[in-house]
Amino acid sequence: MDLMKIFLLALLVNNIVVMRFLALCSYIGMTSDVGQSVGMGFAVTFVTVLATAATWPIYNYILVPLNLTFLQILIFILVIASLVQLVEFYLKKNVPGLYSAMGIYLPLITTNCAILAVTFENISFKYNFIESIAYSVGVSLGYLLAMVLLAGIRDRMKTSPVPKFLQGTPILFMATALIGIAFMGFSGLIK
Amino acid sequence: MKKLYKVFRQGLIFENPLLMLMIGLCSAIAVTTSVSNGIGMGLAMTFVLLFSEVIISLFRKLIPSAIRIPIFIIVIAAFTTMVDLVMKAYFPDLSKSMGVFIPLIVVNCIIMGRVEAFASKQNLVSVIADSLGMGLGYTWVLIGLAAVRELLGNGTLAGIQIMPSSYQPILFFILPPGGFFVFSLFIAFNIWLKKKMEASQRTKELAAKKEAA
Repeated sequence: MDLMKIFLLALLVNNIVVMRFLALCSYIGMTSDVGQSVGMGFAVTFVTVLATAATWPIYNYILVPLNLTFLQILIFILVIASLVQLVEFYLKKNVPGLYSAMGIYLPLITTNCAILAVTFENISFKYNFIESIAYSVGVSLGYLLAMVLLAGIRDRMKTSPVPKFLQGTPILFMATALIGIAFMGFSGLIK
Repeated sequence: MKKLYKVFRQGLIFENPLLMLMIGLCSAIAVTTSVSNGIGMGLAMTFVLLFSEVIISLFRKLIPSAIRIPIFIIVIAAFTTMVDLVMKAYFPDLSKSMGVFIPLIVVNCIIMGRVEAFASKQNLVSVIADSLGMGLGYTWVLIGLAAVRELLGNGTLAGIQIMPSSYQPILFFILPPGGFFVFSLFIAFNIWLKKKMEASQRTKELAAKKEAA
């Protein structure tokens, strides 16, 4: 039950993009096409769960006993960067189908702040390992949801009359504000 | 000197990282619920940007280009850790209200972008001008956003009551959708300003040409 609560909180109530403003660069940059946004969303989901599975044990079994917690930022970013590299090598060699589907998104993911934020929050919220995994799945599926929503809206926007002073990027943020208002309706979902 | 000023000015409006280049957006909208947060975040960001650019510019001839990205990340992460620890020690309240966004300076695309595109190629003096320009360009947008949101959403500026007490705060502006709304208007305004400035420059050039003829 608790796991479900963590998952839904991360997915809807505190949606990473529209309620917490993380990962906005890729949210604006990668949503010009629905297929692309789905690819990016799944690539982020995959890497976030892996990164959580790697950083949580490193923090709790290596950094804490050695009193090195102040190196958290440095170590986490290095772990994520090298993890992304390893995943890329592995996919290229063993799963070429998957690699051609999401390979181009992998280098972009290293600087996606959602992933780093999730790994920090797993620590600061004091989640145990299973809860951390549930949280990371919720957050990254929330990211996928927001990406697909905006990509769909952008498709429709191509044929609609946008006010002149909002053309280009301003209208995207306006649309996000409206999605955000809709998402605020979820806030009473979980007590 | 004139060239340095030009580099400095780029970051303020024409290549403003937030409004024109659309990078480093996450922290900008998230922390701007109050002016003091905006100032704190802007200064932290400027500090990390300045020192990472200076260090990388000094060592730019020694860094092998094949492994430059990991080296950049380590330098940036080191300065971010410093800022994080200093904030926690001396400004605990500010650090708590910004939460995860201070450590996230490390993956802020502005720093990585400037280091890769500018600091790894230019000398020390122009790098300082560039980082200050970009940093201040980031900071003024943050303060502007925060001022609008705090004034309308809470009736205060940096914690001081500005609006008359009969004013009913519009909560919308403090909430997340309000951040996107105000930011959208800021971009629209900056695009308009840029167009206007370019147009006036063009008419000036045309007039100069006519006189010469």
